Amino acid sequence: MNAMLTRRFFVASALSAAGGLAIMISSTRSGAVEFVDPRPWGGDALRPPAGEIDAFVVIDPDNSILLRIAKSEMGQGVMTSLAMILAEELECDFAKVRVEYASAHRNLIDGGPYGRMGTGGSSSVRGSRVFLQQAGASARARLVAAAAARWGVEPSACVARDGAVRYEATARSATYGELAADAAKVVLSAEPAIKSPDQYKLIGTRQARLDTPVKVTGEARFGIDTRLPDMVYAAVANCPVFGGKLVNADEAAIKSRRGFIAVVPVENGVAVVADRFWRAKEALAALPIVWDEGASAQTDSAQFRAEYRAALDGPLANAVDHGDVPGAFARSAEVVEALYEVPYLAHAPMEPLNATAYWRPDRIDVWIGTQFPESALQKAAEVGGVAANAVFVHNGFLGGGFGRRAVNDELVQAVQVSKALRKPVKLIWTREEDIQHDRYRPQAALRLRAALGADGAPTAFDFRTAVGSITRSLGWGAVPSGVERSAVEGLENVPYRVGALKVDCALKNTHVPVMFWRSVGSSQNAFAVESFIDEVAHAAGKDPYAFRRALLDHRPDFLAVLDTLADKGDWGKPTPKGSGRGLAIHESFGTIVGEIAEVTVSDKGEVKVTRVTACVDCGHVVNPLTVEMQIESAVLYGLTAALFGEITIAKGRIEQSNFNDYLIARMADAPVIETHFALSGGGKWGGVGEPGTPPIAPAIANAIFAATGKRVRALPLKNAMLGA
Amino acid sequence: MLTLSVNGYTHALDIEPETPMLWVLRDEIGLTGTKFGCGIAQCGACTIHVDGVAVRSCQLPASEAVGKSIVTIEGLGARGLHAVQKAWIEADVLQCGYCQSGQIMAAASLLAKNPAPTDADIDAEMTNICRCGTHPRIRAAVHRAAALAKL
Repeated sequence: MNAMLTRRFFVASALSAAGGLAIMISSTRSGAVEFVDPRPWGGDALRPPAGEIDAFVVIDPDNSILLRIAKSEMGQGVMTSLAMILAEELECDFAKVRVEYASAHRNLIDGGPYGRMGTGGSSSVRGSRVFLQQAGASARARLVAAAAARWGVEPSACVARDGAVRYEATARSATYGELAADAAKVVLSAEPAIKSPDQYKLIGTRQARLDTPVKVTGEARFGIDTRLPDMVYAAVANCPVFGGKLVNADEAAIKSRRGFIAVVPVENGVAVVADRFWRAKEALAALPIVWDEGASAQTDSAQFRAEYRAALDGPLANAVDHGDVPGAFARSAEVVEALYEVPYLAHAPMEPLNATAYWRPDRIDVWIGTQFPESALQKAAEVGGVAANAVFVHNGFLGGGFGRRAVNDELVQAVQVSKALRKPVKLIWTREEDIQHDRYRPQAALRLRAALGADGAPTAFDFRTAVGSITRSLGWGAVPSGVERSAVEGLENVPYRVGALKVDCALKNTHVPVMFWRSVGSSQNAFAVESFIDEVAHAAGKDPYAFRRALLDHRPDFLAVLDTLADKGDWGKPTPKGSGRGLAIHESFGTIVGEIAEVTVSDKGEVKVTRVTACVDCGHVVNPLTVEMQIESAVLYGLTAALFGEITIAKGRIEQSNFNDYLIARMADAPVIETHFALSGGGKWGGVGEPGTPPIAPAIANAIFAATGKRVRALPLKNAMLGA
Repeated sequence: MLTLSVNGYTHALDIEPETPMLWVLRDEIGLTGTKFGCGIAQCGACTIHVDGVAVRSCQLPASEAVGKSIVTIEGLGARGLHAVQKAWIEADVLQCGYCQSGQIMAAASLLAKNPAPTDADIDAEMTNICRCGTHPRIRAAVHRAAALAKL
């Protein structure tokens, strides 16, 4: 009961705290219907228990239906797609539902009603669909049971539809709002069956995103928009060389500046706190800081590139070895070999990292945008020295995630500063800190070899990769086998039919931290494999589409995607001089995506991607709109990386600092993008947020080859010499 | 003391004159719809209107905004949604949404001076950064907004 009281007390205080300072904008001003509160973190059991049918579904007497979303909305549309899954079973009017985030605190103290709340690995729909269907169906069954009991009839004679339960024999009906309080008390003897895909009415239909209205008016609250009474602001300088540490920061030099409050050492760096962020940031710039840059201060990218190449010569750990690879190479008519290289990449979500923390001896509140609210909660508890069940994470909309918000370095620092000052603190990383202190997509080198038979078909593949270990970098484990899944995904499961396959791996880390970057290992491995297949096709004198097709005849799902793609993407039709089409296909996160890129290369070597056609097999689609948007998004995220993306190191430091030197695709760089589906259905439910990214880099590289005859084997393309 | 006109309201503020308008809006006035993205006028997430023209507010000192009419995303379409906001909804533009205040303000400014922009005009004028890749939908939505504004 104590927990309940605490939660209710919190809600009242949080609303007044957050609302007291905010400039309130009435939703009626805009005239737009709001389906989600601009402050999406909702409550820790905010709603009166009377209307809460289960942890996901709250129905008020006025028939308003609130659905709780236990994944983070970072643009991928989960607030809408997961709500659709709940509503599908609930049999309510989807136009009337509202959504809010589920509470990580409640998940902790109430036995995990929301399952795992982390958002990553393109797993939200496929990982929680059954669970959510069951929650929706259970709520519906309890509403039906409540109505049947009220009318003294059999539940099986009642029908739930459009937010009401009806008993046809006497034409009686009651709305969900009228039944909710009773339904909340119903204990079902058995959970109802959930619908199979052929019974879906809502899933599979195109639904506008629920978060659009609050995001076109500026009302939507991202973590960075948090405002609390008596809040102070912190700007951070992280040690310029990873692994270094703070020696000294001369507070005297800045303590007379207007608004200055404190200099606080934090993990990996130092924070300057002031009464306004601008003052904190300017004071930090004027603060003399002495760093011990540590052992890595003399490293650079040229050295790393040489080291990754050298690592391909061993020692290597074996991931896959089947068939007679040495024999196939010994008997081959021809061997094709190529080296592919990719750089570190930053995530650069549009919302710079930030966290607002309010530490008290017996409670911590954190306002943040995080992909993993449960991890954030535990981390805040650990850093703040407060019991986890007294920590509240109020997740905002995420201004992009792409993997960066899986580990919240900014939260650790915000809690440290708040604890030091005993005040609510909003800590913001500048874009420079974001670019220079990311946990990056690993740098990698890959050497791919193919043995070809006399007919030009490959008889064996021998793939090697040298790449940073994400597991080791995060401190999550030593990876004693020397192979981690993300290092070899897309290599170990290469779909092309070949008699023998060997995949070896050298996990090699530098001092630069690495982590999950949209599509993870597939982001580099698809570039290598799909470029290589093109090279092998050309060596065999075959059309890249026909060549792939012949090697995929054991995979009808791949063939369906490939054939639809070739048709919709005008494969084989002539292109103007200086232009070309390239094709790539890759399976990741349970989904196959094929893409055809059309590019034009100018005489000076400037690459313009004019059109991208994509075809997707994710098994089933919840919301075609948000799937199409995710493919567009994944294509442009990968296109930016392919064309421009490069994090380089000099003297141990990241050389890039902001969007002037870490270039991002702009409108003029954006191709026309079309998305098509070749759904295999059945029991397959694939992910959607990431699988569109891997094929775009090789599709562009292959198109450049088609246009110019030049093969690009190192990204980004801006460094390739493509001029005439 | 600086006096600023923002969304039709007057604010008298005791701030350093060089404070960028971005931070004046967000931290002094509490209008958080204008976003911090880069701080060097590269990304446009902080775009506001100064006397009707799109300006990246992270590089606009407050002193230079004195005497001018400042409009933010919160003040756009003071009597209901602006045509650009309606078009953004109809065209299902946004994903994470963080850059969209700036995109919408840039589009509204573009349409004010060029009511019927071509794709090339949009490519040239809409240079804000989006990491979600909403570019193709922004292009479509600007055309839709141009059509809505004519109605």
